[in-house]
Amino acid sequence: MAFKLDSKIPAGELAQKWSNHKAAIKVVSPANKRKLDIIVVGTGLGGASAAASLGELGYNVKIFCIQDSPRRAHSIAAHGGNNAAKNYRNDNDSVYRLFYDTIKGGDYRAREANVYRLAEVSNLIIDQCVAQGVPFAREYGGLLDNRSFGGAQVSRTFYARGQTGQQLLLGAYSVLNKEIAAGTVKSYPRHEMLDVVVEDGEAKGIIARNLVTGEIERHGAHAVVIATGGYGNVFFLSTNAMGSNGSAAFQCYRKGAGFANPCFTQIHPTCIPVHGTQQSKLTLMSESLRNDGRIWVPKKIEDVEALRKGTKKPSDIAEADRDYYLERRYPAFGNLVPRDVASRAAKERCDAGFGVNETGLAVFLDFKTAIERLGKDIIKQRYGNLFDMYEEITDVNPYEEPMMIFPAVHYTMGGIWVDYNLMTTIPGLYAIGEANFSDHGANRLGASALMQGLADGYFVLPYTIGDYLSKKIQAPKVSTDTPAFDKAEKDVKDKIAKLLSIKGKQTVDDLHKRLGHIMWEYVGMARTKDGLEKAIVEIQKLRKEFWADVRIPGGDKEFNVELEKALRLVDFLELGELMARDALLREESCGGHFRTEHQTEEGEAKRDDEKFAFAAVWEYKGEDAEPEMTKEVLDYEFVHRAQRNYKD
Amino acid sequence: MNFTLKIWRQKDAKSAGKFVEYPIKNISPDTSFLEMLDILNNELIQKGEEPVAFDHDCREGICGMCSLHINGHAHGPSQAVTTCQMYMRKFKDGDTITIEPWRSAAFPVIRDLVVNRGAYDQILQAGGFVSVRTNSVPDGNAIPIPKADADESMDAAACIGCGACAATCKNGSAMLFVAARVSSLAKLPQGRVEGARRAKAMVAKMDELGFGNCTNTGACEAECPKAISIAHIARLNREFLSAKLKD
Amino acid sequence: MGTFLTNSSIGRKLVMSITGAFLVLFITFHMAMNLVALISTEGYNMICEFLGANWYALVATVILAAGVVVHFVYAFILTFQNRKARGNVRYAVTSGHKGVDWASQNMLVLGIIVIGGLAIHMIHFWSKMQLQEIMGNHENALGYAVTDGSALIAYTFSNPINVIVYLVWFAALWFHLSHGIWSMFQSLGWANQTWYPRLKCLATAWTTLIVLGFAAVAIGFYIKSLGCCAGC
Repeated sequence: MAFKLDSKIPAGELAQKWSNHKAAIKVVSPANKRKLDIIVVGTGLGGASAAASLGELGYNVKIFCIQDSPRRAHSIAAHGGNNAAKNYRNDNDSVYRLFYDTIKGGDYRAREANVYRLAEVSNLIIDQCVAQGVPFAREYGGLLDNRSFGGAQVSRTFYARGQTGQQLLLGAYSVLNKEIAAGTVKSYPRHEMLDVVVEDGEAKGIIARNLVTGEIERHGAHAVVIATGGYGNVFFLSTNAMGSNGSAAFQCYRKGAGFANPCFTQIHPTCIPVHGTQQSKLTLMSESLRNDGRIWVPKKIEDVEALRKGTKKPSDIAEADRDYYLERRYPAFGNLVPRDVASRAAKERCDAGFGVNETGLAVFLDFKTAIERLGKDIIKQRYGNLFDMYEEITDVNPYEEPMMIFPAVHYTMGGIWVDYNLMTTIPGLYAIGEANFSDHGANRLGASALMQGLADGYFVLPYTIGDYLSKKIQAPKVSTDTPAFDKAEKDVKDKIAKLLSIKGKQTVDDLHKRLGHIMWEYVGMARTKDGLEKAIVEIQKLRKEFWADVRIPGGDKEFNVELEKALRLVDFLELGELMARDALLREESCGGHFRTEHQTEEGEAKRDDEKFAFAAVWEYKGEDAEPEMTKEVLDYEFVHRAQRNYKD
Repeated sequence: MNFTLKIWRQKDAKSAGKFVEYPIKNISPDTSFLEMLDILNNELIQKGEEPVAFDHDCREGICGMCSLHINGHAHGPSQAVTTCQMYMRKFKDGDTITIEPWRSAAFPVIRDLVVNRGAYDQILQAGGFVSVRTNSVPDGNAIPIPKADADESMDAAACIGCGACAATCKNGSAMLFVAARVSSLAKLPQGRVEGARRAKAMVAKMDELGFGNCTNTGACEAECPKAISIAHIARLNREFLSAKLKD
Repeated sequence: MGTFLTNSSIGRKLVMSITGAFLVLFITFHMAMNLVALISTEGYNMICEFLGANWYALVATVILAAGVVVHFVYAFILTFQNRKARGNVRYAVTSGHKGVDWASQNMLVLGIIVIGGLAIHMIHFWSKMQLQEIMGNHENALGYAVTDGSALIAYTFSNPINVIVYLVWFAALWFHLSHGIWSMFQSLGWANQTWYPRLKCLATAWTTLIVLGFAAVAIGFYIKSLGCCAGC
């Protein structure tokens, strides 16, 4: 049975849709809100802001996070900023312009109405955060400062040094604390959701594991909100936190929620490269470095070898022997081509054997020219902290020798399918922030992830969830003593028992690394039909191996990190296959999804709007059965689709 | 590089713990400290032993999840970095490295090197916020803030809540943590409104949870991975005392 | 309002800093008065008479004693609470922290040495002067008049062991105050990044002045005692 997808996009003019919708949807009276329970899973920007706002409204909210405090969610690591169409710079910014940049940046694979709403509420986010005491950067006049970001011609990014994500999250966390103190929100740190409970076709609660004691707990509610972020860690190495995972979202998928565009992954070009086989995660270096840094690899293979042997330093290589490949291939934009283009070009050079570190997977980002032109002091002022961080990690002084960088998985645009109300295909189950398939289409612009998480949590979900809950005001407290809860709990316990009983030879990390290799090789920056087919087979094989040979020490009734990781890897092993299937189906290149077969003569992404102007929504059909795909056709009523062109 | 690791092992909160020594070999100097522990754990699992539990998440020095008291220093001997940002080249080949959990009565050990820092959440719940409702706010530029004040507020707001201050303080005092929040909000007009209430409530909660009394040693500032200044503690003292004297 | 001085950590620190400030002022005056003994025997004895068993001197003595007791008792309460806050299991390895004064980590020990020195000092002087006066005696066991402070100083510091004991005491006082004085401002909230270097400079200078003043009297009288003996 395929999904009957109803995106519930309100009729009317683009700019009126959200207002009309808010006027049309139902609200719940204060007296009734007190009777209704909501579970929010995840405490990043989306989860924390939603839980706090719902608590303020008077609902009874429970929040869950796997870390020891809600403040640790990975939203905290975002550097850059938050976009808003305030037009404080008088540079002719507007809600429409922010909407248009975001739609175009996403390569026309996002819903118009959602993106417009995102742009519309963006200004409220800034006001909200300022009122919470977020110390945004200020100008000398005391007013808010802005900076520019990729994919936009206006300066609309609000920031707090290089720690905007941290400051916005601490703002959301502070209002969450206010609600916890008021008793409207109850916090469950070090708890992991292991299943969503669906009864009579509606979400009724979750099964969670207390990560300290190992107890399996039942929590019932009238609605469940998934705000657990993205699944980039399927690649093992990514800029995500070590604990970031796709499991909560994947349980929803298993229980019948549609999973949309799983193959849309953003790969960020300027990360510190892998240094060996033991690396655990990748660190992002700010994209701003590409303003003054020049990217190159040696022209001659013997120089590459000399570099690897250590007989030559990068600064020994003569100007004429350097291949500034971005400047060579994209003379108009040079080093400032978009993220996906820069990433693919680096991969191309490394594949050809010109990668510059021990692993052969790195290119140089060189400030020599900039230092000669501007002087060391100016460069220090602009990038001093980044240079220090780079030196701390690599022990190389970037003022003397070029930095080495390589692309890394950074964000997943795909996720749980939601309608305009942010509700999944399961009534009562919502997904917000990076966890849903979002407003970013096939590629996300910088400074838009924070915006989306907070827009969903503060300004969209608190309204739209009322429309569903208004039908539940007569419903009693959700009982967790039902067959559906019994079964869900039993399934979870069985799964844990099965994992612990394998007692094989391989560690979870070793198996995860192998999955990461398959994903990076075949479902990474450049994908081919053959490669994707191979990936599916390889992942299936690895999955079998996992279930036969994984070794998890310790028991279930204790603090057991290996068990936690194994449970997450179970889902990554299926999610990876789903991503490959989705990438295989999408016979076009768009945004972060690049099929080698579909490129222009210059090697650019070639979209196919005739055949693929839809979101691919996948339905779970059982562990070894092929999932079924339903299309949500993306009608573009207001924007004319064009070939994305950043060349001139 | 080769090291001898002397690691605190403790099954759970109730059990007694002890140090166990582990030799570890062939570690690249470019390996991060936590990756070195990953390697150790992988070896332990393969040998059929239980891996060492330790907290970590972002591994970029911002989430505040990682901890560890390494050779007598919170977050290790490097200055102004978290454990996750420290690399093995900071140590000498052949070193013995002693790794302990945070030791503070308010941070009970959960397992091995993992402690419960919930007390910090509770302090913030007592008043570490501006009581503002979603959507009930003026325009962002309606509240001008001198750049110097915003910068100083940001200095304090850089706190990652890792617990190093209380863990390193010989008095087990959480003053730097509390001060960072109180001071950050005290420097902004939005936060001033509830300044007195906040300072009193947060200090009361800090005392109730069993943190010690600050004796101005400055060890917290020296070990803070974000180098937050004890000048914020002076501001907290000021805020608290002036609030109390008005009562 | 009264209770925050006992039941809040910052309130308790306020008590420490106010009593501490009071004691610092007292010893500053004490040191200044002692210097008079080096210059003029009569002058010093006049001060001794002025500060004998007169009602104002007795009131001041009681207040001073209360200050010492409160500072001392609070120090023990705070230390007890702080040790409890530290937990039952201590770190196996601890290292010094860059930029942290040794004195700041050892205030209690230094304080105990200071108190110990104070006890000896009270036996040497107070018990033979004001106490005798209160008891109605006009002469102490040594046969000096109870207001003859100069003679008592000369007698006490003619003994080199006493001189050494006093110098150790002064050294402990130096360390205690070098942290205590600027810390007092910090606890009151009168400090910030700009003022730290100034306050620390002030604390060091003040402390050094006090200690040098006291030491000058002890050493001066010891040297005098050598000279005097030779002369006799």
